[in-house]
Amino acid sequence: MFLAVDNLGKSFSDQDDESFEVFSEIDLNIEENQFVSLLGPSGCGKSTLLSMVAGLESISKGSIKLEGEEIKKAGPDRGMVFQSPSLFPWLNVKENVLFPLKGHWSKQEASERADRFLKMVHLSRFKNHYTHELSGGMQQRVAIARALAMDPKVLLMDEPFGALDEQTRHILHEELMKIWQETQKTILFVTHSIQEAIKLSDRVVVMGTRPGRIIADFTIDLPRPRKREDEEVIALERKVMDLLEGEINKVLKEELSHEVSY
Amino acid sequence: MKLAIKRIAFLVVVLGIWQLIYSIGIFENIVFPSPSKVANALYTGFADGDFVKALGASFRHLFMGLFLAILFGTTIGVLLGKSRQADETAGMYLIALQSIPSIVWVPLAIMLFGFSEFAVVFVVVLGGTFVMALNVRIAIHSVPPQLIRAARTMGTNGIPLFFRIEVPSSIPYFMTGIRLAWAFSWRALMAGELLSNGPGLGYSLRYAQDYARMDQVIAIIIIIGVIGAVVDQLVFSKLEKNVMRRWGLLKT
Repeated sequence: MFLAVDNLGKSFSDQDDESFEVFSEIDLNIEENQFVSLLGPSGCGKSTLLSMVAGLESISKGSIKLEGEEIKKAGPDRGMVFQSPSLFPWLNVKENVLFPLKGHWSKQEASERADRFLKMVHLSRFKNHYTHELSGGMQQRVAIARALAMDPKVLLMDEPFGALDEQTRHILHEELMKIWQETQKTILFVTHSIQEAIKLSDRVVVMGTRPGRIIADFTIDLPRPRKREDEEVIALERKVMDLLEGEINKVLKEELSHEVSY
Repeated sequence: MKLAIKRIAFLVVVLGIWQLIYSIGIFENIVFPSPSKVANALYTGFADGDFVKALGASFRHLFMGLFLAILFGTTIGVLLGKSRQADETAGMYLIALQSIPSIVWVPLAIMLFGFSEFAVVFVVVLGGTFVMALNVRIAIHSVPPQLIRAARTMGTNGIPLFFRIEVPSSIPYFMTGIRLAWAFSWRALMAGELLSNGPGLGYSLRYAQDYARMDQVIAIIIIIGVIGAVVDQLVFSKLEKNVMRRWGLLKT
């Protein structure tokens, strides 16, 4: 298997050394070139799971293997795009894309690669601009170009379009689809938007909360581009919504009962 | 342009009040000189080269002291910023040291190094080091964790992470540190020189006082104020603002 998550568990311990379990016994296998979404309500641990694949969070139990190799720390074989663009403000757009290439590619190759990926996200014209001169959507495109330029085996995206307005998000969905088809990358995409997950993915993994776990796994083979109005899309949306409603109610109930007991 | 007129008008009013108080004769002429007499003292001071020599000596002390203060302050700041252990142990003492007015160090400096120029530099170093260290510590702590996470996913760790992310990211706060270190050092310099055996602007001030030359005293006070403001506005504030703008921390 390309990316194998095996019996994975994550728990944090707070100041009193009491441990809090985010999730346990997560099994997930992802094939190469697939676009997989992790969907779930807040608190289900989907972002934590993604950070563990990135190597930014330690693994409490179980293992994650990428092409058979166990993940122990962060590395350039897994590119990550965060919800905030996380660009380096002291560098211009092109220098940002060059950042991960330094030392791995020759100067000329690195420059050509940076140009190529900036062209892919339609930002060639802005390569000499500073990042704070760009809009939020453009900044996120730079972040995507930067992650792709280092040629990772898998692209991890943590609610990358969550902070953008509806229209920009729509445009970036289409761009991401094109980039994905062009580069044939494996993409693991975290979102809390049912619509977004269904629109983009080959496969939607739905997570529940308290404790965090996988509650459903849909394979979507509808033709692209998918329209919101398509009947199959609407039917799928409803199905996922019904699944998640129970989970969201559970969180709500727990929070409300907390209020009362105080 | 309009702003300049307003500022000049304000100055004229202040000079007018000064002249008025002088003319009424509330204070004796020897302790309260007229504006024209102070202007004359300013002119002759520069014409004779007395003020120029004193200024030269003061700037020599200042640059030596400030350079060392930035060097020591940065070293201490990076240490406290990077090592939690060091910060927990020594961090609060740094704040205590920073709150000590620099004139307090003067007796110590004189006892240690005598009435030498080195004693003055010593006071300047102490005046600037702690505020620099505090700001460098804040600079290191204020590096957005998100940028560090992003860099780690690009395979950047350890020492390269420090030089490629933490250092450039903390430059705006570092600049604030340098501006404040300059301001503190300038004050410390005057305190140190006032009690020294010269040369220096502070020494000239006390010398003028000893000979009851109030016109010179006020002239030197004006020089100290003007230099403080000009250097801050033209050099450090400008530098800091440019860096902030470049880093996207200031809207243009």
